[in-house]
Amino acid sequence: MADGKLAIDGLHKAFPGPLPVLDGVAFDVAPGEFVSLIGPSGCGKSTLFNVIAGLETPDAGRVLVDGEDATGRVDHVAYMPQRDLLFPWRTVLDNTTLGLEVAGVPKREARERARRLFEPFGLSGFESARPHELSGGMRQRAALLRTVVLDRPVLLLDEPFGALDSLTRTDMQTWLEEVRARFGWTVLLITHDIREAAFLSDRVVVLAPRPTRVRCEVTVDLPRPRQVELITSTRFAEIEAELLAALRGSS
Amino acid sequence: MTTSLRPPETSAADRAPGGGARLAARLAPPAVLVAVGLVVWQWYVTVADVPPQVLPSPLRVLEQGWAYRDQIWAHTVPTLQVTAVGFAVSLAVGWAIAIAVDFSPWLRRALTPLLVASQTLPIIAIAPLMIIWFGFGLFPKVVVIALVTFFPITVGLIEGFAATEQQATNLLRSMGASRWQQFRYVRLPGAMPRFFTALRIGITYAVTGAIFAEYVGATAGLGIFMSLQKNSFRTDLVLAAVLVTALLSVALFLATYAVERLVIPWWRRG
Repeated sequence: MADGKLAIDGLHKAFPGPLPVLDGVAFDVAPGEFVSLIGPSGCGKSTLFNVIAGLETPDAGRVLVDGEDATGRVDHVAYMPQRDLLFPWRTVLDNTTLGLEVAGVPKREARERARRLFEPFGLSGFESARPHELSGGMRQRAALLRTVVLDRPVLLLDEPFGALDSLTRTDMQTWLEEVRARFGWTVLLITHDIREAAFLSDRVVVLAPRPTRVRCEVTVDLPRPRQVELITSTRFAEIEAELLAALRGSS
Repeated sequence: MTTSLRPPETSAADRAPGGGARLAARLAPPAVLVAVGLVVWQWYVTVADVPPQVLPSPLRVLEQGWAYRDQIWAHTVPTLQVTAVGFAVSLAVGWAIAIAVDFSPWLRRALTPLLVASQTLPIIAIAPLMIIWFGFGLFPKVVVIALVTFFPITVGLIEGFAATEQQATNLLRSMGASRWQQFRYVRLPGAMPRFFTALRIGITYAVTGAIFAEYVGATAGLGIFMSLQKNSFRTDLVLAAVLVTALLSVALFLATYAVERLVIPWWRRG
């Protein structure tokens, strides 16, 4: 666990109510690894995510980043929420620099750093556009740009493509696969889409329903780079089946 | 935030090319209604031979209003001054309270019932007392105007700040934003559309508030002008002053749209 980029160590969290939400969740993510979290709805994924993001503190357990205790701290992970949350009073470029501005980076430098990412993110020419002028896929890419420009060790993506139509979604997944390989990010993705998890991940952590624990981990041994054709392969279907079985609790 | 802050669909039409024609189409029905009302009024007064002390005809109101334009104007200026000062005080108090409430849950609990209570005060009974306490100067009038206008502004701002989505707050927190930065980057700009809606409600009360305060007691102003003319049975001049009051209110109301477009150009854009 010590050599993990991100290590989740026995998290417990309870709210007033019959069952604890998190009941000893533990897993880790290696440097440059793409790990997905899937679980039945209502399994406490968002609480787990908020704890990892440092937005909530656990009752017990720790979050370690590079071996250092990061429990309750927000500066070790870059968090991308479900909705793009691009603010209409800012241009696309100024939306992507928001986190840097908050961190006190001078505006000119923040813009320079964000601007460099517009080309790989397919947003060139839209720097001074307003968010409402972007398509759904572009909005998500701008939101991801705002997240990665912070240059934090771990990216936390909370169902980033949940609101997109299925075609745009597939495009975004393929694009994320490419761009991640290029930048070598360490990613923890939360999703309820088994296909998305299988397509993007090196490993999938399956959570049990409340009280939430890790039920099992499934390694996705598919070659990279992955193209969309992969999803019709036999091996992909086997992994999907394995994940589905794990999610249903029959493994 | 993307859904709640995206301008409504209709707003695209408001500012689309050819907006002049649309504006005319929107103004035509009320204009027709007013014209019909004036014609009926004029006809009734003429046919029934109503004495002008009771009900002057619209033409007489205009004619006499024009004849006394210098005097009416001389009383309009102080009313505008009182309105401006009172509304400025109201804005300052409203912003101060709303920001304080946004930063302090304790103040929110403490002040909300008092804000509501302030609206149950019968201004009609309080205003004459203000004259007794504070005299005929600016101060009692400013208090009356502030009292009738600060509530919608304060509540609009408080609700606007509080309407910030939890996810947006989480995003800012994950960036390491302090409470002040959350306010500056998200809560404040996000509240602006609601603020302007509240401003429009407030400003329509401001002129009538000033008139009312002057009516109770003043040395100059449209309110005291109306009171004096009523006492000398110059109903036509009372109505001429009423017309001026209405025009002032409408002008201020429309001015808020211009300010809104300057301050938050991103709003109401299709």
